[in-house]
Amino acid sequence: MSRLVWLIPFLPLVGTLVNALFGRATGHRAHWVAVPALGLSFLVSCAVFLRVLHGETYVGELFPWIAAGAFKAAITVQVDQLSAVMLLVVTGVGFLIHLYSAGYMHDDPSYARFFTYLNLFVFSMVMLVLAGNFLLLYVGWEAVGLCSYLLIGFWYEKQSATDAGKKAFIVNRVGDFGFGLGIMLIWTTFGTLDYGAVFANATDAVSQGTYLAIALLLFTGACGKSAQLPLHTWLPDAMEGPTPVSALIHAATMVTAGVYMVARCHKLFEMAPLSLEIVAWVGGLTALFAATIGLVQTDIKRVLAYSTISQLGYMFVGVGVGAYAAGVFHLVTHAFFKALLFLGAGSVIHGLGGEQDLRKMGGLAPRMLVTTVTVFVGAWGLAGLPPFAGFFSKDEILASTFHEGHIALWLILLLGALLTAFYTGRLFLLAFMGAPRMSREQAHHVHESPTVMTLPLAVLAVLTVGAGVLGVPSAHGTAFARFLSPVLPFKEAVHGGVTALALAAVAVVVAASGVFLAWLIYGRRPVDPAAIGVPRTAVHKLLLNKYYVDEIYDALIVQPIYRGSLWLARVFDPKVIDGLVNGVAEMILGWARGLRRLQTGFVMNYALTMLVGAVAVIAFLLFAHP
Amino acid sequence: MTHVLSLVTFVPTLGAAVIFLLPRRSDTLVKVTTLVTSVVTFALSLPLYTRFDPAAADYQFVEQAPWMPTFGVSYHLGVDGISLLLVLLTTFLMPLTLLASWDSIERRWKEFAITMLLLETGMLGVFLALDLFLFYIFWEAMLIPMYLIIGIWGGPNRVYAAIKFILYTLTGSLLMLVAILALYFLHGAATGTYTFDLPVLARYVLPAGRAQDLLFLAFALAFAVKVPMWPFHTWLPDAHVEAPTPGSVILAGVLLKMGTYGFLRFCLPLFPQATLAFAPWMFTLAVIGILYGAWVSTVQTDIKKLVAYSSVSHLGFVVLGLFTLNPQGLVGGIIQMVNHGLSTGALFLIVGMLYERRHTRLIADYGGLWTVVPAMSALFLIVCLSSLGLPGLNGFVGEFLILVGAFQVHRLAAVLATAGIIFAAVYLLWMYQRVVFGPVTREENRRLADLSAREWVILAPVLALIFWIGVYPVAFTSKTEASVQALITQVQTKAAATAALASRTP
Repeated sequence: MSRLVWLIPFLPLVGTLVNALFGRATGHRAHWVAVPALGLSFLVSCAVFLRVLHGETYVGELFPWIAAGAFKAAITVQVDQLSAVMLLVVTGVGFLIHLYSAGYMHDDPSYARFFTYLNLFVFSMVMLVLAGNFLLLYVGWEAVGLCSYLLIGFWYEKQSATDAGKKAFIVNRVGDFGFGLGIMLIWTTFGTLDYGAVFANATDAVSQGTYLAIALLLFTGACGKSAQLPLHTWLPDAMEGPTPVSALIHAATMVTAGVYMVARCHKLFEMAPLSLEIVAWVGGLTALFAATIGLVQTDIKRVLAYSTISQLGYMFVGVGVGAYAAGVFHLVTHAFFKALLFLGAGSVIHGLGGEQDLRKMGGLAPRMLVTTVTVFVGAWGLAGLPPFAGFFSKDEILASTFHEGHIALWLILLLGALLTAFYTGRLFLLAFMGAPRMSREQAHHVHESPTVMTLPLAVLAVLTVGAGVLGVPSAHGTAFARFLSPVLPFKEAVHGGVTALALAAVAVVVAASGVFLAWLIYGRRPVDPAAIGVPRTAVHKLLLNKYYVDEIYDALIVQPIYRGSLWLARVFDPKVIDGLVNGVAEMILGWARGLRRLQTGFVMNYALTMLVGAVAVIAFLLFAHP
Repeated sequence: MTHVLSLVTFVPTLGAAVIFLLPRRSDTLVKVTTLVTSVVTFALSLPLYTRFDPAAADYQFVEQAPWMPTFGVSYHLGVDGISLLLVLLTTFLMPLTLLASWDSIERRWKEFAITMLLLETGMLGVFLALDLFLFYIFWEAMLIPMYLIIGIWGGPNRVYAAIKFILYTLTGSLLMLVAILALYFLHGAATGTYTFDLPVLARYVLPAGRAQDLLFLAFALAFAVKVPMWPFHTWLPDAHVEAPTPGSVILAGVLLKMGTYGFLRFCLPLFPQATLAFAPWMFTLAVIGILYGAWVSTVQTDIKKLVAYSSVSHLGFVVLGLFTLNPQGLVGGIIQMVNHGLSTGALFLIVGMLYERRHTRLIADYGGLWTVVPAMSALFLIVCLSSLGLPGLNGFVGEFLILVGAFQVHRLAAVLATAGIIFAAVYLLWMYQRVVFGPVTREENRRLADLSAREWVILAPVLALIFWIGVYPVAFTSKTEASVQALITQVQTKAAATAALASRTP
């Protein structure tokens, strides 16, 4: 397997280099480099996955990377059940989105640059997933952040886009600040950064406080990358990027890195149970928090963005309550249905000539049949209704939360599920059903997207429908959990029987009510676009303003630092520090001016001075040393 | 070749002498001769890398000859893992800098060439000298060419900046001179041998106490001004803003490293007890420098000033690493000196290229460059990313090792320094956004030319190293490890010996 594994990151890297160096030559044929590179990478991932399915795993070192004294970190990859699943998702969904982009981005003048970044992203994400030690994980971690920055700000002439890119990078750096410290603490505690050695040495010999510190520092990084409270603010703004980017990076793959990391490091988290509790609660609160904002958004992509934040919260609850496989399974199904929804939204935006406002959509179903049907499937999955994959993965998390005794969290998630179903139904109804609300000119142009875009939609829809099979609960856990069991421990048959059925029934009823409510408001009778997105009550206004988190951060963090820096640069540095320096210079100059007066040029003055000096010296010698 | 170090050091002087004889009329001949000299110097320095024995901690390629035997002064050169990379950095940057001066230095090219080449000799001498007397001569001699470069070829306020630069550094150096003499006499009185030879002096165990502390402080002040450490940094923004591009590149790329190099070469081995005692203070100043430099950078309106303050921040990391006294911190510090030379050097080169086109350095005068000069913008981005410590590029390697080193000895300092990487992203990306992104807002920017062949030749080698060090740093760090380990052992054993000495003499 060894040589095969290296091909997975290598191919997209070659794609990146070719399009970066010869972009002018490849130009609008850039996809002929980028798409096959990823397709091959996906095929290799499949081959690797098959080997893993037969029980083979692999750890291999390419070359030593950073070394000084006892500190050693190499370029090491590790393939096991968990990374094999992630590889399939990253390269598989990645391939579909590359294909889709060939259609979606085709008229963009910076076509080659787009594919350069996209390939670079997949390379970075694959390295993140394959990394065999914490430092290489950190490399992938920051590298995907860079790609995110580049792709959010892809339309660099737009101020809002470059602002959003910068914000994403900086907020992620805040998370990485914790992540980096966590890695340092791991090294000073265990003397190594290799996963295997660290997890093997994670015993009671180390104090629980240390484990708690490590876990929380790592989790800070996860909060940044996976947009959890309080570092979630960058993800909605990231929607400034092209829609395929939102699908790939800001829904299906990169943002799930935090969940992957917590699952990967579960041993460290388990050594300090409080940390898992915190993970679960942050996830649960984020899930509810983001869902409430999603209720009122009018931009189709922003609804999906808040939904992503919320769904990531569900995944964190999953890993937080110890149902690691359930969390990862939700990661996989979410990658399918959320990528599908984003790509579907992209297809709508494409068909409407760039329109993203739900209030100006409606009635698209007859004109965009494939998009409508596939988005319907995706929405069904997101709402968590049976029998699609989304139902099984979310139900697994809810059930585990309940069985682990987190009743309060379970209720929160249930409420979140209601809201999720509501905003999903709202999105679908507003976009595709009812009467068209766009301008006549736009309405005239509405068209279904080309096959290169609808084909990925169809494939993702099939996956959304079918992937649930892997997550059908049984007395021996799900097939998915059994596959991951060598890496992620799972508790066999913690739930089953009547309770499980009852829980599932509750979840279904809640989700169905959400959809029904959405239909009552947005489906039963024609909507008034002017009434949507206008604050009616205080709560509504609060939600429309996203709880004012951005404003609070600006007032409490950004402005004070900015003003402080201005003061340092304009007052303290020139007046105080440089003032002292110049003051010393002035002072010496002053002395020199004073001393110059002594140089009178009169010999008598000098003689007098000498006499006084001589008397003083003699007097000193006489009296000081008798 | 047994005299390879002398050759490397004095070939530039030889070149300067040749140029002195060339006719003033032919600028091109002068330029080519200068460039050839610097390229030859670089080529001569390459065997230092290939033939350097990474397993040996001691000085290599050593040359020693008596110079003023009565005073114990000798001509003593040598290179070890601590100076090797800095020597190579100097010889590497010089040809690129000269290429960057090709058109940007518009008058008195002949004088400029002579000054630059003499400067190179001075810088190499500082890194190679193993005799304190010789070192001091190079240290002071190198100030004069830099003073001239700022004062003659600089911007409108060049005279103020040049005088500030030279007076500030001279003040620091004078105290160091006193300290060198004091050490000379103390050592002579204690052992009977009066010598300026560094390896001999480094073996001498100075008793702990006020004498050692004062000597340490005198040396440290000279180096702190040079680095520059907060709060001795205010000469740097002035010097950078006024200096011409080559001056800035050499100043940031090499001259600042002499301060950090001085700490390593002299303060640590000569005054180990004081080093340990003052380490917490150095951490404090380093961390203040990291954060202060980053904050002040953020609000600058002049790109050069922004980069100048960012140096205060970056060099803070280096100082933090050096005083951790563990292999991670020291190796990280050394590699970070190289990294800073490359990335900040490249930033100044690019700012210079922009200045040549637009004759302004104000951020507000730019905007939308990606549309006009995409290649330059892309390289600019890579350099910014290297400077903000993106993993996979060079800056990360040094920064991370330094932080790991600091984390072991001083958690709080490490945490605060790590916060510095957030602010590095803020000031660099914000500057980059305003310069490169957005629409073209000014007509003058619409017709800028992208990188010329000459500019590609200047930037490509730097970029190559940025990637090389980022991906395979072992090629460089492995050369330093043996010397670093030996230095740490020396400091520890000497500190223990000093302490023992102190306890015996109440």
